[in-house]
Amino acid sequence: MSRLRQGSGAQARLRTEGRLAETFARLRKDGRPGLVTYVTAGDPDLDRTGGILQALGRGGADVLEVGVPFSDPLADGPVIQRATERALASGTTLAAVLDLVADLRAGLPPVVVFSYANPILRLGAERFADRARDAGVDGVLVLDLPIEEAGEFRTLLASRGIDTILLLSPTTTDERLRKAASLGSGFLYAISRLGVTGARDRIADGAQEMVRRIRAVSSLPVALGFGISKPEHVREVGRWADAAVVGSALVGVIAEAGSSHDLTTRVEEYVRWLKS
Amino acid sequence: MTDVKRVDVVNPTEPERPLFGRRDPDARGYFGPYGGRFVPETLVAPIEELAAGYFAARADAAFRDELERLLTHYVGRPTPLYEARRLAEEAGKAKGVRILLKREDLTHTGAHKINNALGQALLARRMGKRRVVAETGAGQHGVATATACALLGLECHVYMGAEDMRRQALNVVRMELLGATVRRVDAGSRTLKDAINEAMRDWVANVTDTYYLLGSALGPHPYPLMVREFQSVIGREARRQMLDQVSRLPDVVVACVGGGSNAMGIFDGFMDDAGVRLVGVEAGGERIAPGRHAARFAGGSTGVLQGTRTFVLQDEAGNIELTHSISAGLDYAAVGPEHAWLRDLGRTEYAHVSDAEALGGFQALARLEGILPALESAHAVAYTMQLARDVDEGTIILINLSGRGDKDVQSVMEALR
Repeated sequence: MSRLRQGSGAQARLRTEGRLAETFARLRKDGRPGLVTYVTAGDPDLDRTGGILQALGRGGADVLEVGVPFSDPLADGPVIQRATERALASGTTLAAVLDLVADLRAGLPPVVVFSYANPILRLGAERFADRARDAGVDGVLVLDLPIEEAGEFRTLLASRGIDTILLLSPTTTDERLRKAASLGSGFLYAISRLGVTGARDRIADGAQEMVRRIRAVSSLPVALGFGISKPEHVREVGRWADAAVVGSALVGVIAEAGSSHDLTTRVEEYVRWLKS
Repeated sequence: MTDVKRVDVVNPTEPERPLFGRRDPDARGYFGPYGGRFVPETLVAPIEELAAGYFAARADAAFRDELERLLTHYVGRPTPLYEARRLAEEAGKAKGVRILLKREDLTHTGAHKINNALGQALLARRMGKRRVVAETGAGQHGVATATACALLGLECHVYMGAEDMRRQALNVVRMELLGATVRRVDAGSRTLKDAINEAMRDWVANVTDTYYLLGSALGPHPYPLMVREFQSVIGREARRQMLDQVSRLPDVVVACVGGGSNAMGIFDGFMDDAGVRLVGVEAGGERIAPGRHAARFAGGSTGVLQGTRTFVLQDEAGNIELTHSISAGLDYAAVGPEHAWLRDLGRTEYAHVSDAEALGGFQALARLEGILPALESAHAVAYTMQLARDVDEGTIILINLSGRGDKDVQSVMEALR
């Protein structure tokens, strides 16, 4: 029993030195706002997702969120819903996404697997945690697994050196913010607005206040997402958060490029533009 | 489950009410290993607010009185318990089997859905929410919600799959006449599941002023509890009516199960009567093969869909399978979590009948009793007709006739052609 505790303590220490923590520490040291990118794995197909992830790394993305397609993405807007449909049509599964990460991870920025609960539960939470560790996954975010349901899963991940990324929303109470601050690791993902994912013209009014509320209870890095699509958004968010998350806008770029030969070039250019 | 001694009704003139607080799930909304709250973070606070609002409302005598007044004078409760003698003769042959129908089809708006829609609409108003969103499959819950919102002066938006709008065109018009906005959903299988996704997306975007009025015993806690309690009036009435009219309890209670609210409503009244078998009938569709049916207990496994952990139809990768049923109200990939738990406990059992068998039940009830049942309820009728052949002499079967079939005339006509 004491050996077990010792073991998990060693792993917990390891975790604080994980690649996500390192990345955000470096960003803070350089005084540079970070860019977290989201893509739906398997859109247009898993081979090309590999090329896209590498292009995102070359273009300067600091953290890669890799979305696992799920048949019922109830937290997502139309752009990611359609990407999900394309990814499922191309036969993408959670297991295949983990294999892809395993193949490419050495040359990539830190990878966060972004999923709904059911594909993970279907694989088995423990089996998923093992395979995610073997693949070199740095963090896991489960959209429909709020803090109250995430307890055991978080322990499974932590004991394998994987960060649990928790979502925070404008509706999250201060009490729950404190709970998330003590249970989350790697970084906290703040949702800038009510509603589903999707690009918007401007940053939500309450976003800065939201980040301030989180900062008051946590020293974890904060990435702000939902509605971010332009370099000026990334710069603005970078003034008060550690990183901006760009999802739907990037997924839109990929959808537009489709299967054309310059898909990865366009993705790389888009990331460079976002960081300009 | 709290073990409460049942007290037989002493004053038969006093109306039955929904029964609150008797069998609550645990604090996190679990019925055994099923239930819970698997929702995006943005919905956690609104759902906590909803649970607090619901627990306060059900403890408030004024709330219960108003609900009861509306159930009596607006909905038309109690609904009759009617003995279907010709159906029993046909199905049970000379064995003296008796079949009784709990006539939820005779409620205002024509289905049990109104019991829950009114309860939740009253709750929405009590919580100060002026805007209501709902999903609908067959359209009965949409119509019930539109009705309750018209009555209480609430703004109403109903999400409905494009496929369901096609097969339930009459109900679309009814909702619009009642002042609701019907929003077409073209995603996925374009049926109930997709309508729920879209209603939840609306709720996430408009949590401050919007109430999500979920129509079945599904979704995140407290919905499965709340919907069952608003429907429990069915079982309470039916139990007393059995004692009054037949002088004993039924041997078997049969109800169709989509999400499972009408079944939970009638089962609840007999839960403590150990001798009463409770049978849920799922949609067997064309055959039990992926995408061709909606019998979760026949082809499903444990998973998480739309906020709750329960039995779902899913593939190896954890994606939700498409479903099929001739009846839009049963055409759904998950079952209410309490059903999964009661089944584990051995208190309830589940069967399924095919589209063709359900059509047979529809026709039999029409020709033998002069009642057009909803295609959903026709599944319970069809199963009962099979059961009546095998049971002991003198067995009494109670069917929850959850809705009327006017809305299905078009579908039945197409299917019989």
